[in-house]
Amino acid sequence: MGHEWDFAFLLGQRDFILRGILGTFGLAITCVLAGMALGLVFAAARLSRFAALRLLGTCYVEFFRNIPVLVQILWCYFAIPIITGAQPGPFAAAATAVSLYAGAYMTEIFRSGIQSVEKGQWEAARAIGFGYLAQMRYVVLPQAMRSITPPLTNQVMEVVKTTAIASTIAYGEVLYSAKVLSDQEFRPIESYTAVGVFFIVVLALVSAASSLLERRLRRHG
Amino acid sequence: MDEVLRVENLHKRFGLLHVLRGIDLSVHKGETIVILGASGSGKSTLLRCLNFLEMPSEGRITIEGRLVGRETGTPGVMSYGTRELNALRARVGMVFQQFNLFPHMTVEGNVMIGPMKLRGMTEETARTLAHDNLRRVGILEKAREYPARLSGGQQQRVAIARALAMEPTMMLFDEATSALDPELVGEVLLSMRRLSEEGMTMLVVTHELGFAYNVADRVIFLEGGMVHEEGTPQEVLQNPKQERTREFLRSHTLFRLPDPAPEAAGHS
Repeated sequence: MGHEWDFAFLLGQRDFILRGILGTFGLAITCVLAGMALGLVFAAARLSRFAALRLLGTCYVEFFRNIPVLVQILWCYFAIPIITGAQPGPFAAAATAVSLYAGAYMTEIFRSGIQSVEKGQWEAARAIGFGYLAQMRYVVLPQAMRSITPPLTNQVMEVVKTTAIASTIAYGEVLYSAKVLSDQEFRPIESYTAVGVFFIVVLALVSAASSLLERRLRRHG
Repeated sequence: MDEVLRVENLHKRFGLLHVLRGIDLSVHKGETIVILGASGSGKSTLLRCLNFLEMPSEGRITIEGRLVGRETGTPGVMSYGTRELNALRARVGMVFQQFNLFPHMTVEGNVMIGPMKLRGMTEETARTLAHDNLRRVGILEKAREYPARLSGGQQQRVAIARALAMEPTMMLFDEATSALDPELVGEVLLSMRRLSEEGMTMLVVTHELGFAYNVADRVIFLEGGMVHEEGTPQEVLQNPKQERTREFLRSHTLFRLPDPAPEAAGHS
């Protein structure tokens, strides 16, 4: 009952596999960047001196953090067209759902990171004449990055893995390619093993990049 | 004499707490004013209102002849625009008790960032300006270090240079030496004294009565959010008219005058 491992067939499907890899990268990069942007904006809202903005930030986090991401993807893909009459493509649906989901977590990461910066730093920046955005950009965020980097790395890795769920709405990413090949060639073991190896390699690189960044940020105690 | 700062009937309330209860103050170019008072007398709050780190609840502040803010319907209450305040803070230097240097920037980076981002200076021009100001407070040799490698006294001098680089019309010192080890206080006070002698307009909240005596043109004693006594250092420190001022000076362990007057030491 030994299985004869044979990855050779994968070589014959290079183009198809490459398309899947690009699909994963495209979706992951989009969701990471959009999630960070959403996270920054809503973290600022949650820390605002205006109660209405704080409430908006809290609602956003509690809403999108508490719905399973698969449900959000399915909702974007199957419910939106019925409500709006416009059918989003699988990429748009998956990117929207995963970005909003990731953004909710990143909001909390950015919020706690920004809060870890002493109040005196804001004041010193303000006293020089910096407005809010300049205080944030030149003084607070660079310091907050130190405490933000480790949890943000976790979240980025989480987002990269979450993109695999987009295969359920037939978005052409790595897992979708594997599924198709596995069915064609009757080789689920090799196909899904290859997917696993792919994610390990990509995420090990993400993690290494993050360690480098962390070391750079830590240089000046 | 040019009036740099005029404060009229300044009030500050934090909720029910009425911290400043009608301060009037006029400061002329080149003057050094020391503000004394027990903790809770409102001296830090007064300073923080002058560059709008705290918003005054009531009252008018005029800086270099320009009234800050706009009148609202309520008499005495002003409204302030964000842009106006940012521009104003760039012209009023502030030095904090806790230094608040930016730890992720070098010493010269701390001094350069304001001029570069707010006044559009090139890096090169800003560096020259930074070095000039670091030299003024005697710490040019640390320009490339990070703040964490510096002693408290050195950090505070960098903070002074950072404020000076914005070429402010006046400088505010909020207990600039209170967080320092005793042996480091001197170097910071010396930098402040030099600045005063160069003709900088300064408002200094401090517990260093020796500095007040030797450097101030005028001393203001705050009590309960009001100006309780005001005059030359000799008047206020050696011959205080008010009982509360005398009490404050007696209780002050750091009160070391070169030639203490009998009134200041006599009562008990």
